[in-house]
Amino acid sequence: MSDAIIAETVMITGHGGDEIEAYSARPLDPGKQVGGVVVIHHMPGYDPQTKEIARTFAVNGYNAIVPNLYWREAPGASPDDAAAVARAGGGVPDERLVGDVDAGIRYLNALASANGKVATIGYCSGGRQSFLAAVSLPLDAAVDCYGAFVVGDPPQGSPLKVGPLVGKAPALSCPLLGLFGAEDKYPSPEQVAELEEALKAAGKAYEFHVYENAGHAFFSVNRPAYRPEAAMDGWQKIFAFFGKHLS
Amino acid sequence: MCTYVTEKVAVSGSAKGPDGWFRVTDGSVYFDHPVHAPEDHTLNIDFLAPAQGAAARVAVELTAESARALAKAIEAVLARVPPGLV
Repeated sequence: MSDAIIAETVMITGHGGDEIEAYSARPLDPGKQVGGVVVIHHMPGYDPQTKEIARTFAVNGYNAIVPNLYWREAPGASPDDAAAVARAGGGVPDERLVGDVDAGIRYLNALASANGKVATIGYCSGGRQSFLAAVSLPLDAAVDCYGAFVVGDPPQGSPLKVGPLVGKAPALSCPLLGLFGAEDKYPSPEQVAELEEALKAAGKAYEFHVYENAGHAFFSVNRPAYRPEAAMDGWQKIFAFFGKHLS
Repeated sequence: MCTYVTEKVAVSGSAKGPDGWFRVTDGSVYFDHPVHAPEDHTLNIDFLAPAQGAAARVAVELTAESARALAKAIEAVLARVPPGLV
């Protein structure tokens, strides 16, 4: 397989029929039908680091798309300005997130190289949203990287307009890979254990890894929270998981 | 984590951004991930003019310690203003 890719900004039809911006990264000549990954960006937005994650999937033989979840609030704004607007408004409503991820799935499945299998992956707030997508839409795999408030409510006074999702575990449509930091507080190791119990009780396929010496956002290469050891192992786990479920 | 811990405040004044000075109408104070500061979390202040779009924003990201020092300095200066001016 060649490592040549094409990466570009596209428009997709998101929730409510809204046209939203998205970043698409795909193998240029995969030589076979390949799986797709909807990458859900973190709260700080549709930023260069998230686009780099999409390109990494493309280099490794997957079609990837990152919907710009803040496009409606701030079309054309820089990612940090758009994130400031979105966070002040309490984040992305769950219903809209599901519609926008669904748009990403439809985009991926319409590609000539698509094999019809699609996963979601999300980080931080996007981790919760990856789980949300997986209990709301038919998927082949989902990855939750330290998503807060899958279990538990946001702190009192938080403008975040979301509630816990753990009760929806019986609706999970696909195997779930969870990657967490032992030093994280949101989600705490106790909350990760509660999610695991709920998945077990619902008879769902899951694979959880909790990394020592890592806290929240250990994949974030541009932040002090970056933990190379956990991140490198995490990437291996992700590719093994996708190799199994998206091929 | 994304804390989303936020206080919003109406402000009246001006701020200088990349395109020059503009009138600000809103402020957001929050403790969350910074975009640029080399910290996991910072006290962030946005001075905003929402009517002029998302880019009408002057942002600062401060460590909690320096944000407290700033808040004290603001109060100290206002307390020393000669009578009748504020």
